[in-house]
Amino acid sequence: MKIHEYQGKNIFKSYGIPIQDGYVIEDINDAPATIEKVQHEFSTEAVVVKAQIHAGGRGKGGGVKYSPNTEQALENAQNMLGMNLSTHQTGAEGQKVRKVYITEALDIKKEYYCAITLDRSQTKDVFMVSSEGGVEIEKVAAETPEKIIKVWIDPLVGMKSFQARKLAFGLGFSGDAFKTAVKVFMKMYACYVGTDATIVEINPLVLTEDDRIVALDAKFNFDGNAMYRHKDIADLRDIHEEDPTELEASKYDLNYIKLDGNVGCMVNGAGLAMATMDIIKLAGGEPANFLDVGGAASAETVKNGFKIILSDDHVKAILINIFGGIVRCDRVANGVIQAVKELGLKVPVVVRLEGTNAKEAKTILSESGLAIIPANDMKDAAQKVVNALIKS
Amino acid sequence: MSILVNKYSRVIVQGITGSEGTFHATQMLEYGTNVVAGVTPGKGGQMALDGKVPVYNSVEEARAETNANVSIIFVPPPFAAEAIIEASEAGVELVVCITEGVPVHDMVKAKRIIDQNGTRLIGPNCPGIITVDECKLGIMPGFICQKGNIGVLSKSGTLTYEAIGQLVNVGLGQTTAIGIGGDPVIGTTMIEALNLFEADPETEGVVVIGEIGGQMENEAARWVKDNMTKSVVGFIAGQTAPPGRRMGHAGAIVSGGDDTAEAKMRIMTECGIAVCESVAEIGDKMKAALSN
Repeated sequence: MKIHEYQGKNIFKSYGIPIQDGYVIEDINDAPATIEKVQHEFSTEAVVVKAQIHAGGRGKGGGVKYSPNTEQALENAQNMLGMNLSTHQTGAEGQKVRKVYITEALDIKKEYYCAITLDRSQTKDVFMVSSEGGVEIEKVAAETPEKIIKVWIDPLVGMKSFQARKLAFGLGFSGDAFKTAVKVFMKMYACYVGTDATIVEINPLVLTEDDRIVALDAKFNFDGNAMYRHKDIADLRDIHEEDPTELEASKYDLNYIKLDGNVGCMVNGAGLAMATMDIIKLAGGEPANFLDVGGAASAETVKNGFKIILSDDHVKAILINIFGGIVRCDRVANGVIQAVKELGLKVPVVVRLEGTNAKEAKTILSESGLAIIPANDMKDAAQKVVNALIKS
Repeated sequence: MSILVNKYSRVIVQGITGSEGTFHATQMLEYGTNVVAGVTPGKGGQMALDGKVPVYNSVEEARAETNANVSIIFVPPPFAAEAIIEASEAGVELVVCITEGVPVHDMVKAKRIIDQNGTRLIGPNCPGIITVDECKLGIMPGFICQKGNIGVLSKSGTLTYEAIGQLVNVGLGQTTAIGIGGDPVIGTTMIEALNLFEADPETEGVVVIGEIGGQMENEAARWVKDNMTKSVVGFIAGQTAPPGRRMGHAGAIVSGGDDTAEAKMRIMTECGIAVCESVAEIGDKMKAALSN
């Protein structure tokens, strides 16, 4: 689960990490008063106006504007609020800006990168810092990996100050800035663990002209499986940032991801669902979605799956692929028939059922009188659905 | 022979009185698995599965009374990591955790403890393990398997069944099938499972099924190149998965650095693994690999 920059900064603040502070507006009528409040509270004429969307790359897309005075700040806020901001992460269609964050402007001496995430190969958390702040870390990792300093943290011991010192020395800090950096890194780790984050990233962390260390941005990703113990963080979810169909699917406990193709698919199990998308593509079609209906695949889930898939107008054919292990295929077949009868067959449906009672299931489907196309195996199913696509 | 479990494995079911635990433990018993005890805190002294299996309050107690050496976990996600640690501290040799949705931070700690204790963990978020006609630990449908000489190793549940189905269709049975799970932190890696199959005299070839995300398949491929004498067939799910999206499994996400299906397939091929472009080729590829 992702959150906005201003929400992330509020979390940082609660952990004692110094931030570039400010206030959020959703209504342009609140802009003049908020700008004045920021100017007054942080003793600054200049402010920064920042679009709040979940996607990265906001600066390059025109979503972060330095504003030397009130007039410019107002103009920037006006332009930004409601605009469709497109970055390398949003795709061409962009993401509508519903919130604008007005913050203090700082005089920056130097920018750094720092992040904590899981190192899957080591099954330990890794804390990474780099003197190359403000740029894409992937680029630094590829071109100048020696500029990234890492420490791995023992989960049973937690982060120790010698590790934080290694990071701070590595970035070349000295004097008071060094001491602050060590504290900030320790607090960042406490924040990472305390919020069940899967990534905490500050890019950039800055050293100001007056030698303060401040987080200019805050990027969080949280472990959805741990949100049951963080109600306060779960409440920060912004449904406007999510695809409406995916949001609808999540209400039915369906794991759905929308893609750009024309062949809808419904599968039990995530691995088999991906493999089904792949074989549709190999057969010459384009998968329209990922949809894992889970182990049960009851009549109800099949029906909800159909609804979700068919809400995408691009879908011209559907492939249902169920490998019945514990779930019985005859039950799935009856579910498919019930769903088709209720919703009507708008596009051709190819069904492949394998596993428990697969033969009975095929008989049920062929005797239903409905124009459901039965398939024998995955290859057969993929070819049949692509053929159906061409005909329709 | 086989790997990890056989008809002599003595099994504890943690969470035996829950609906999932009861259902699957019953299926396991029917398959012939030697289920000797169940654990549900507070329900010690009761009998589960129609009076067939005694329930204990702790794994320690269950182990002391029944001398069990294997445990399978069907407890809800908030308590699963602790159940793993409990089994490990009680001296269980092999722990299988079926539970999906265990918080990553919990697993990182649990993993550290089981490594320290020398416990082998399979999962979490996995279908379990089956040694054909001997022992079924988990939720796999036993009837689709057939005794034979192929090992199956996979991150995914139903995709494992698909592979087994194809193997049976081309006349190839299995020794053991193991679902290692699709989470970012799991107990037994692909390399460890391959090592066990390599050492098993009955296994002649191994099907490895991976997916996008992480480096495990790449690490396994390099290990195969240097250490494996048996035929290995590979498949990677997620060729059409968009980057940055979590495809069902918590670990199935393309986030950069050779973790795409394309990169993994390339590295596996470079390391001498027979890679299937399509999922439909798994059975045929294994047959061809064995006759080479």
